[in-house]
Amino acid sequence: MKLIYRTTLLALLPALASAGIMSQIRSAAAAELTVMATGGEWQAALRKAWFEPFAKKMGITFNEQEYTGELGKIKAMVETGNVPIDLVTVETSTVLQGCDAGVLIRLDYSKVADRSRFLPGTALDCGVGIDVYGDVLAYDTTVLKEAPTSVLDIFDTKKFPGKRAMRKAPAQNLEWALMADGVPIADVYKVLATPEGVDRAFKKLDTIKKDIVWWEAGAQPPQLLASKEVVMTTAWNGRIQNAIDKDKRPFAIVWDNQIVEYDMIAIPKGAKNLDLAYKYLAYAAEPEVSAQLGRHIPYGPVMADATPFVPKDVLSKLPTAPDHMKAYLVGDVEFWGDQGEDLVKRFNAWLAQ
Amino acid sequence: MSSIAIPGIKARTGATDRSDSLRPLALAAPLLLLLAFSFGAPIVLLLSRAVYEPTIANTLPQTIAALRADSGAGVPGEPVFRAFAADLKAAQAGGTIYEFAKTLNTRLPGARSQVLRLARLAGQDPAATKEAIIKAAPLLGEDQGWAAIRSGTNRFTSFFLLSAFDLRWTDQGTIGAVPSAQAVFTRVFGRTFLIATLVTLATLALAFPLAYVMTNVRPVIAGIVLVLVLLPFWTSILVRTAAWTVILQKYGLLNDLLLWLGVTSDRIELMYSRTGLIIAMTHIQLPFTLLPIYSVMRAVQPSQLRAAQSLGGRPFTVFRRVYLPQVMPGVLAGCLLTFILCLGYYITPVLIGGASDQLISNFIANYVNVELNWEMAAALSFVLLASTLGLYVTMTRYLGLDLFKMG
Repeated sequence: MKLIYRTTLLALLPALASAGIMSQIRSAAAAELTVMATGGEWQAALRKAWFEPFAKKMGITFNEQEYTGELGKIKAMVETGNVPIDLVTVETSTVLQGCDAGVLIRLDYSKVADRSRFLPGTALDCGVGIDVYGDVLAYDTTVLKEAPTSVLDIFDTKKFPGKRAMRKAPAQNLEWALMADGVPIADVYKVLATPEGVDRAFKKLDTIKKDIVWWEAGAQPPQLLASKEVVMTTAWNGRIQNAIDKDKRPFAIVWDNQIVEYDMIAIPKGAKNLDLAYKYLAYAAEPEVSAQLGRHIPYGPVMADATPFVPKDVLSKLPTAPDHMKAYLVGDVEFWGDQGEDLVKRFNAWLAQ
Repeated sequence: MSSIAIPGIKARTGATDRSDSLRPLALAAPLLLLLAFSFGAPIVLLLSRAVYEPTIANTLPQTIAALRADSGAGVPGEPVFRAFAADLKAAQAGGTIYEFAKTLNTRLPGARSQVLRLARLAGQDPAATKEAIIKAAPLLGEDQGWAAIRSGTNRFTSFFLLSAFDLRWTDQGTIGAVPSAQAVFTRVFGRTFLIATLVTLATLALAFPLAYVMTNVRPVIAGIVLVLVLLPFWTSILVRTAAWTVILQKYGLLNDLLLWLGVTSDRIELMYSRTGLIIAMTHIQLPFTLLPIYSVMRAVQPSQLRAAQSLGGRPFTVFRRVYLPQVMPGVLAGCLLTFILCLGYYITPVLIGGASDQLISNFIANYVNVELNWEMAAALSFVLLASTLGLYVTMTRYLGLDLFKMG
């Protein structure tokens, strides 16, 4: 028996030793940064515009993970004390929620960039803006003979019969419902803050409820249009633009009454490579770097001084192009931080009826 | 059921039974411990969140003391407001203010931003008056605001469990229904049980004849049929659900086929509908119902049926009096298995069901992942678990079905 133990041990020793050396080599070599993003074409664009150049510049390995944008996953990481990611992309309302729940760290802007250089509302306590996108209406030009002229045309089932797709969430849809019901853009959130306003919005949504197909992932709207499952859909402008430009789909975007929103990036509490994560945020805030994303997906930069670096042909496709800003609403993060949970529950109750 | 009972023998052999039963228990101890730590404990911990929510009580020690001194109901007096402002100031300094604001917002929608505004005010102006506080946070000037705070100061709460049944404490201290626009869970529970019942019946209608055929054909053919049934069983549920999407969608295979055959004149909506959901779930659940039925059917002696017939039993009588009682345990086991699994369906309703076909698991997932309201998720899980266990106990007790014996 003893002999067996000894030989096993002797055989194992070199293996153990080499494993130890290997792990040391690995930690001495390239530093690592891990980002978790919401995937799809958008993450591919982030990779080409920022992740790969940053990794090359710093001589590090940039790891990527994907998730569906749900804060629960990050909360679980933070609560178990095992946070394998250093950066995470989130929606604006999620930044607020994650900030409150203590899941995202409060950023030290002295390590990122001067807050005044950001567009208003894109430098939050727990999250830095990545890009500006628009919630727009999209349709297939070969299916609809007459072109819709406003996002609010989604409520017009007489002129545009057939199924239409909307995002399965109260945000944006309630705003559009009020706008379609005649509330001026400036008053939308004031009206929506009252119980009567919420009733009014749901009543408007009632008028098209049976015609709605609900989408959840950003990749769904172009698919729903391509499979002719719906005649029109609300969508994030970049997904549709890429379907037009890259997949040569006969789609078109309606900009009038779009809702302008921001994507955000944040650092989860307990991130292991904090310094490097801050370096990345500072890098992405450089004006010229900030403008790079537009080359890969038509989303605008959040740095006010980045516009001169955006290519001309990209500028005209951005939600912030002058032609697209004739009528628009900026999503109100504070409002959704306050009323979000309640309205989501009400929305779910409404869906279930 | 099949054991033969001899009166008195159990008592006499009881002592040896016990020492005999301890030994296997000791052998199984590692497994039991693993189960307790990796399965039991997390479930208990998570479910305890449904009734234990200490955030509000932890944030407001001074307010709690002041409220105790303040006798009246409704909006309290000046000292309570001062204590509240002091608590918020401390929470602001300690970094717990945001979690408090979020927790209170669950019970008092709109409280989040008002509390945060008030905390900033309390930081700047320590001598803020009741009037100034109500101006910054109008909800604190209302009875319902203080009703929410008073109920929140109790660490043990029935708020979430009541919410799971669409109930709440009213301002008068009685239990009442939530406004109908907010009532969602009872409807969803009802829908979950309805869809589980429909799928169970559909699988039974398919599985019973199929199992009968399989027991009465040559073993080779029975084997082939069994492999065909089991083949999708070895594929991931996500893949199977995605495959159904391809088949059921508006311009999908089934609609093409129906049009080509002339059965329908227009494309029918199967995706994002309850029909589509039940079709897909039935397919996924079929093996679970089939296998227990098949295993008991194989054990039925054909000679008994022939004997019954030779004694003058008509086919239906033979089926009902001789065959059915013998296969019943398998039928019940299969149906119970499918029914319980259906209660927890998540991914298929998401991908194939419509907005009004979402089951209770979808709501639990939403509270865990999106809302970060794990208390509400725990309460809903508790209700689901309790009703599932209740159903299981009822089935085993009153229908004489013992799943452990079956295995």
